Amino acid sequence: MDYFLELFFGGLTRGSIYALIALGYTMVYGIIELINFAHGEIYMIGAFTALIVAGVCSLLGLNLISILILAIIISMFYSAAYGYTVEKIAYKPLRNAPRLSPLISAIGMSIFLQNYVLLAQTSDFVPFPSLIPEFEFMEPVAHIMGSSELVIIVVTAIAMVILSLFIKFTKIGKAMRATAQDRKMALLCGVNVDRVISVTFIIGSALAALGGVLIASHIGQINFYIGFIAGIKAFTAAVLGGIGSIPGAVLGGLVLGWTESFATGYVSSDYEDVFAFCLLVIILIFRPAGILGRTNTQKV
Amino acid sequence: MLELKGVCTFYGKIQALHEVSLSVQEGEIVTLIGANGAGKTTTLMSICGIVPAKKGEIWFQGEPIHKLSPDQIVAKGIIQVPEGRLIFPRMTVMENLDMGAYLRKDKAEIKRDLDYIFDLFPILAERKNQLGGTLSGGEQQMLAISRALMARPKVLLLDEPSLGLAPLVIKQIFKIIEKINKQGTTIFLVEQNAHQALKIAHKGYVMENGRIVMEDSAANLLTNEDVKKAYLGL
Ligand SMILES: Nc1ncnc2c1ncn2[C@@H]1O[C@H](COP(=O)(O)OP(=O)(O)OP(=O)(O)O)[C@@H](O)[C@H]1O
Ligand SMILES: [Mg+2]
Repeated sequence: MDYFLELFFGGLTRGSIYALIALGYTMVYGIIELINFAHGEIYMIGAFTALIVAGVCSLLGLNLISILILAIIISMFYSAAYGYTVEKIAYKPLRNAPRLSPLISAIGMSIFLQNYVLLAQTSDFVPFPSLIPEFEFMEPVAHIMGSSELVIIVVTAIAMVILSLFIKFTKIGKAMRATAQDRKMALLCGVNVDRVISVTFIIGSALAALGGVLIASHIGQINFYIGFIAGIKAFTAAVLGGIGSIPGAVLGGLVLGWTESFATGYVSSDYEDVFAFCLLVIILIFRPAGILGRTNTQKV
Repeated sequence: MLELKGVCTFYGKIQALHEVSLSVQEGEIVTLIGANGAGKTTTLMSICGIVPAKKGEIWFQGEPIHKLSPDQIVAKGIIQVPEGRLIFPRMTVMENLDMGAYLRKDKAEIKRDLDYIFDLFPILAERKNQLGGTLSGGEQQMLAISRALMARPKVLLLDEPSLGLAPLVIKQIFKIIEKINKQGTTIFLVEQNAHQALKIAHKGYVMENGRIVMEDSAANLLTNEDVKKAYLGL
């Protein structure tokens, strides 16, 4: 039973991170029907930013909790700025181009950002400090769930609640939903769609950075390539849940996290990815639009 | 109040509007009639900046607006009820109405307009929390008009509001349009239902293949032999 719970919380932890990244894919897709291939790189940049912030802060002698909070906030802002800029440079000029063009631009941006970090940093894995403290009250259950897993799960849950409230009740949140449902009508209501798109990229990037910092601290090492791997997984999660659907991205992330965790724990860690993608194929056979996706009729 | 001067609009290489000129005076109901594919919807989309005019000018209250973005045009008080209603399907009736008032900040006045709309269409008050996509066609049209009214339009552009509705509902919609006009809102009405439209309008334009081919008072157009034959089915 303990082993099951350990795998369960391990899967929940992974799944939380996938969900945080998947939200960026799904929100951007919902609004401009673009797969933002550079999104994984934004997550990776978030992790590197946190590494630098953590380095500077520990030189200044700050305590662990303040370093964690500062690292999260600064890397969220920094990644948001990257996400905003990527959209302005790589996608906005192609808004009216054939659909393939922004897709190619997205892949180009992804390669560029990877190599930029590769050159600016190093190609090796670099150690990432453990920013999440070990809580004493977690000791009795430490064999099931570690402190950093608890923090990841709780922080992710809080971020999801804030995001839902934002989208449901704020003016710009409503404008985001309206734009996703009917772009032309949103324009006719006076929505500045360019601004809505920017906000979407900013929010998605900040969430990815949050995921990046948390998981880097949990795993303890990063390199320039982590964005690619996590990006593919999170994209899988988004498709699994139904791309364009926000609850779908969260659900997809969790389902993927659990699948990987249980497959690794009960079968073999060699087949982790195989199970993940088998699950994707199976779900897409029975529900082509994803678990919570709508089978939309082609827009006219 | 609203004036188009030699407007030409293209979809890619295809020209949909050829030198369209027309004007709408304050307080009037002006109608634009024409067959399928004549370019009526395109005219409205050009006014709103969704499909900007490539050539020509559009003026509103003494200012050129053809270079403005759609949200700036909405801010001027030019509000469209588009063809097909375009209700936000997964937003509630209330949220759809909120979207109509998107650019407004006068909370108290918004509340007053909302009461007015629920008075005008009691059914919408009943359906406040229902998703837009689950309303019937007639209810959706009422919601679309109400959403536009929430923006406090100076000129209301209506694109085939009677499309796909039962005769009784059409009658009701046209009554409401007249009422809105009497209360001071200028109306530019695009219709295929030429008879009904000309009956409530002051002035009418006839469009064919992207060109304005006739312009007269609505009363004259109603009795014009060519119009009768082509658009009134008489
Ligand atoms: N998005 C588009 N892309 C290309 N051509 C278009 C597009 N929209 C309209 N057209 C063309 O422009 C012309 C005018 O169309 P428009 O929709 O303005 O006509 P309409 O008078 O509103 O017709 P209806 O009464 O059927 O609504 C048509 O020939 C149509 O095929
Ligand atoms: Mg039309």
